[in-house]
Amino acid sequence: MKIDQATVRHIAKLARIKLTQDEAERLEGELSGILDWVEQLEEVDTEGVEPMTSVVAVTTKMRNDEVTDGGYPDAILENAPAREGNFFVVPKVVE
Amino acid sequence: MTDLTDLTISAAREGLRAKDFSAQELAQAHVSAIESANEALNAYVLPTPDLALEMASASDQRLAKGEGGPLEGVGLGIKDLFCTQGTVTTACSHILNGFTPPYESTVTANLWSAGAVMLGKLNCDEFAMGSSTETSHYGPCINPWRREGSNAPLVPGGSSGGSASAVAARLCLGATATDTGGSIRQPAALTGTVGLKPTYGRCSRWGIVAFASSLDQAGPMTRDVRDAAIMLTAMASHDAMDTTSVDRPVPDYEAALGTGIKGLKVGIPKEYRVEGMGEEIDALWQRGIDWLREQGAEIQEVSLPHTKYALPAYYIVAPAEASSNLARYDGVRYGLRVEGDDVISMYENTRAEGFGAEVKRRVLIGTYVLSAGYYDAYYLKAQKVRSLIKRDFDQAFEKVDVMLTPTTPSPAFALGEKSGDPVEMYLNDIFTVTVNMAGLPGISVPAGLSSEGTPLGLHLIGQAFDEETLLRAAHALEQAAGPMPAPADWWSTNP
Repeated sequence: MKIDQATVRHIAKLARIKLTQDEAERLEGELSGILDWVEQLEEVDTEGVEPMTSVVAVTTKMRNDEVTDGGYPDAILENAPAREGNFFVVPKVVE
Repeated sequence: MTDLTDLTISAAREGLRAKDFSAQELAQAHVSAIESANEALNAYVLPTPDLALEMASASDQRLAKGEGGPLEGVGLGIKDLFCTQGTVTTACSHILNGFTPPYESTVTANLWSAGAVMLGKLNCDEFAMGSSTETSHYGPCINPWRREGSNAPLVPGGSSGGSASAVAARLCLGATATDTGGSIRQPAALTGTVGLKPTYGRCSRWGIVAFASSLDQAGPMTRDVRDAAIMLTAMASHDAMDTTSVDRPVPDYEAALGTGIKGLKVGIPKEYRVEGMGEEIDALWQRGIDWLREQGAEIQEVSLPHTKYALPAYYIVAPAEASSNLARYDGVRYGLRVEGDDVISMYENTRAEGFGAEVKRRVLIGTYVLSAGYYDAYYLKAQKVRSLIKRDFDQAFEKVDVMLTPTTPSPAFALGEKSGDPVEMYLNDIFTVTVNMAGLPGISVPAGLSSEGTPLGLHLIGQAFDEETLLRAAHALEQAAGPMPAPADWWSTNP
């Protein structure tokens, strides 16, 4: 699979990573190389094979629906790059 | 008195109980060794000497009262992927710059409650993505081993390269590590140490920075198999905070050692004889087979037909999960923030500056294979191949108890030697990655030196939750291989 410049830009947009022109050009080749290599999986006959969902056969455990955690906003916020009171501060999102 | 840093965990445990030395003396010996070595090796990204001496003092008080836990006073290094309360944890990424966890990972909490002492946080590839510890934001970690007659720096493997280098260079008695595609076992092989990846679900993942959640598993790195058993017994637990941690009792793994391997059925997967495998690695494998046979094991060939597809399938599944897990790093709640004109450009600037080249590559691959129109062709296909890989193992394990393979296709390589081509670097995990894809336990045991004078490892694969048989076989292999010499000390500033 050949990844072109537009595709690199598109997935970088989806992944929210700003790329420099140099990075985008280098990634074109690198991502194409990796995808070419993984495409050998097409040789494998997977007709009727279920995709794996869990390596260990376990049934999802349930717990009682009750509050067991919380009530320490300062600990939650102490690593915030920007805070005001008990809120995380972000750039304005609504005009 | 022998050099305290040269002790195994089991020997240190005896010495502490017998009051031959104190936990503070033991911690001080390691603190000094780290101070003297870290400039050259860069194994620790954050030594915590004050905390180490404080914890050791508490251990001495408990030991004096006869209340010591199973790891009382034992100094450990902690891979920077484990959240440690009040001690900066960054996964060696710039994007987690300055992050100080307000909570403790379950695995490290288990170790502290067993009495262990934290010596510091260990270097690793950024978000554990790499096989050489060269992608760390804090610079590469160096292998204490060198090629005979050469001063060229070698990589310690990765991603747990700091753990491997610190254990080999006597900068801790043991270390925690994590393994997503080989990140415990490959660095163990390249540094002459023991690295154990337990069954998926044996250790809680809670509080470990997530890379690929269906593959990540924590385990120990130590200087012998007994120490790995001792550490795993303390690390493993069922944890309500991780629904994939398995609710079954934790055995005393040390008790499984030394009972011999007479009649043990050992499988040799024929598909592991890959093209281009060096003669030296082939000879090492044959030697391992002989060592087990001489001790009464029954050797037979087994087939794992989908082996060659494990690595390409891994490079779909792991980046896909990583792209999802790493979406949380957005400059809002913790770590780095780089401002922008609006919220989207703030995200984009933060992630552009915070992530290194390998992490960006994997996030972009993951985003691509999960994007509309490609999901079935890549991710779903890879998960089907994964089912086939697991089926191969299920069928082979009907005939054998464990399997023996080499750990890596080559001994330690030089810094920068494989960083030009991502796929060439990925091929380092060719023998280890199948085990993660199937969720099985695996261990690398030192098995001698290469013609270059650097360590080589043999790899045993066990059945799910049968770490006891795996460790018993590893112990037998270790007995036959003989003790691994310590690397010659070239790194200490005051040896």
